[in-house]
Amino acid sequence: MVTDLLADIKENLINGDQERTVELTKIALENGIEPMTIVNSALAVGMQIVGDRYSTGEFFLPNLVAAGVTMQNALSILEPELQARHEEVQRVGKVVIGTVKGDIHEIGKSLVATMLSCNGFEVYDVGVDVPTEIFIAKVAETEADLLGLSALLTTTMTMQRQIIEELEKADLRDRVKVMVGGAPVSGEWAESIGADGYAEDAMAAVRLAKLLMQ
Amino acid sequence: MSLRIRILEKETIDQIIDEALGVLQDPGVRIHNEEALELLAEAEALVDREAQVAKIPEKLVRWALDQAPSDFDLYTLAGKPTCHYGGDAVQFDPGSAALTILDSESEEQRPPVTSDFVTFVKLVEVLPQLDAQSTAMICSDVPEEIGDLYRLYLALNYMCKPIVTGAFGKDTWWIMKEMLEVAVGGSEELASKRVAIFDVCPSPPLLWSDLTCQNLIDCARTWIPSELVSMPLAGAVAPVTLAGAVVQHTAECMSGVLISQLAQEGAPIVWGGSPAAFDMREGTPPMGDVGTWLIDCAYAEVGKALGMPTHAYLGMSDAKVVDAQCGLESAGGTIMAALTGINMVSGAGMLDFESCQSLEKLVIDAEIIGMTKRLITGIEIREKPIALSLIRDMGHRGEYLGHPHTMRWFKKELYFPSQILDRGSLDSWKSKGGKTAFERARDEVKSLVEKYEPSGLAPEVRDELRRIAERAADKYGMVKLPALPRE
Ligand code: B12
Repeated sequence: MVTDLLADIKENLINGDQERTVELTKIALENGIEPMTIVNSALAVGMQIVGDRYSTGEFFLPNLVAAGVTMQNALSILEPELQARHEEVQRVGKVVIGTVKGDIHEIGKSLVATMLSCNGFEVYDVGVDVPTEIFIAKVAETEADLLGLSALLTTTMTMQRQIIEELEKADLRDRVKVMVGGAPVSGEWAESIGADGYAEDAMAAVRLAKLLMQ
Repeated sequence: MSLRIRILEKETIDQIIDEALGVLQDPGVRIHNEEALELLAEAEALVDREAQVAKIPEKLVRWALDQAPSDFDLYTLAGKPTCHYGGDAVQFDPGSAALTILDSESEEQRPPVTSDFVTFVKLVEVLPQLDAQSTAMICSDVPEEIGDLYRLYLALNYMCKPIVTGAFGKDTWWIMKEMLEVAVGGSEELASKRVAIFDVCPSPPLLWSDLTCQNLIDCARTWIPSELVSMPLAGAVAPVTLAGAVVQHTAECMSGVLISQLAQEGAPIVWGGSPAAFDMREGTPPMGDVGTWLIDCAYAEVGKALGMPTHAYLGMSDAKVVDAQCGLESAGGTIMAALTGINMVSGAGMLDFESCQSLEKLVIDAEIIGMTKRLITGIEIREKPIALSLIRDMGHRGEYLGHPHTMRWFKKELYFPSQILDRGSLDSWKSKGGKTAFERARDEVKSLVEKYEPSGLAPEVRDELRRIAERAADKYGMVKLPALPRE
């Protein structure tokens, strides 16, 4: 029974069926299955399989995102139960991410944010055309481990440098790792402005973020 | 008889228009620009200032579509009308604002510099297949902040054909306008002899950002034409069904036409875009995809049904070098656009998701455009009977080569390719070095640039343009701009 339920949750997560996964998660709790067991033996395993199937080409981005959202929904059911037991799902790290001032390109930044949260990061997405002060304030407020800066225009990529300078002035630079991205951005550019890393797409961004957390 | 295809049924077009009007009523459009919200509120759209959302009634949209001109021309710097927006006219310009250029020798992408863009502008001037210039790349040898206006400055020094351009911010738009006025001799001249058109982009889904919206309003108020570049990326920030993406495109464009007409009734505005069928494996917006072609052609048909001039970013490739993928994708998009009768097709030279320009690809694309322009003129009936009397006359003799009938018609009927296409024998190809299309294109670039003739822009005008560009550069710490390559 227990293994059946867990297998069912896993299958539905893999299929990205939000409703059914949430329903089964509730049933599992009612049946006395430990919330941490549901996380480790159903949800995490399912996400791993989704990731593998994406790598082999069987799955596509919509599968990844749907599974990620499903996972979040299931977790929101489990969280109160976990708290009651003084347990916590291990988050990989906290990330503040946004597109810099003067730039309204959203899609790449949001895709990176989604992939990070699917991969266990706690993500604060501050949006697009974001003034430098907001980035600084959000990093301070959330005590983020990582700051992700997106810029798609040659005219706005210089804001990435400015934000790094402001982090220094605010004495936050040592506390947060900065990753940059966007079409005109390169590894060379990242190095020249003193960022900690650059990634060319969402998958690489996840790898980078994990690396920077070590 | 020119050749045209239609890909949407009349009923489908009507349904798309209906649904787009429904979208504008609810959920409406997000507008992050105070002036536009004010204009819409005055016109009695339902404006929620706090949420910055406007819900737009159908009659306003209909009014705007009526006000917007269905036709207008772009002029050369010398004041001659050359590009016609409206009806089924088909014209081509290069893709714009590339971040990199494909180096002719190493075939690797690198940041462009002043001399690259100047060569590019010269090439566009001499290639007869291209009808307009575009501010095609961003030069890396000037401060990033002036990247958008600097390319217009360079182009104005070398071009005569009209130009498709765009600003990256609110302020730089005004500097670009000032340069255009200097080049044509004043603001009235700029409004009447339109030499430039600005791209303005709504953000999918259903948002007007402050800056692009301001560009739209400022263009309208000064009678400078603007081109709506709506970009539903199907499955990412728009419905994944192609028709669904067109519904979103229609709603975004309708809102753009309305804002422009509220700012200035009768201002010239174009129904355009650069959508893509999002790639579900890579998370990229493929500009050379078949789904992308279909969305573009379908929205252009909707625009035509509404009496609007049309534009599309098509004829581009997502390949990283000029290879078979590049030829396949560019030709497909170009042919589809032309068959649909899209007035301005932007994209020649472009690779890698609108990131990279290539001189060689531009020359190859010019060949594709040449063939495509021939294609859409279709088959003409030159004589009646078509050939019966001629064939009876010739009987079973195959001696057409020197026949007067052949002499009379061959130049009109047949397409004559440039050196880009090899039509020689294997031996002759080998004897000429056994070159690939890319290598031949590289040779063509060199010989074409030699044919460029200076535009004859007055020295005082050049000085004035330089003063404006240097003033802008100075703000960002560059006192002297790079020297202009000789004409
Ligand atoms: C879609 C698009 C738009 C849409 C954006 C819609 C939206 N809601 O976001 C709209 C229509 C709004 C738009 C507007 C404009 N655009 Co635009 N746009 C594009 C386009 C075609 C695709 C961008 C995209 O979404 N790609 C898909 C996503 C998934 O990829 P991505 O953004 O690159 O992100 C990936 C990586 O870069 C990386 N990444 C991204 N961010 C981050 C952050 C971190 C921390 C990390 C680690 C990684 C990372 O991971 C992402 C996921 O894989 C690009 C072309 C291109 N080659 O990029 C032009 C492009 C960026 N735009 C361009 C221009 C010029 C403009 C405008 C100025 C046009 C105008 N005149 O109005 C305006 C911008 C106004 C402004 N000030 O911001 C130019 C920039 C040229 C330049 N030299 O700077 C480009 C290159 C096209 C071109 N050649 O003209 N645009």
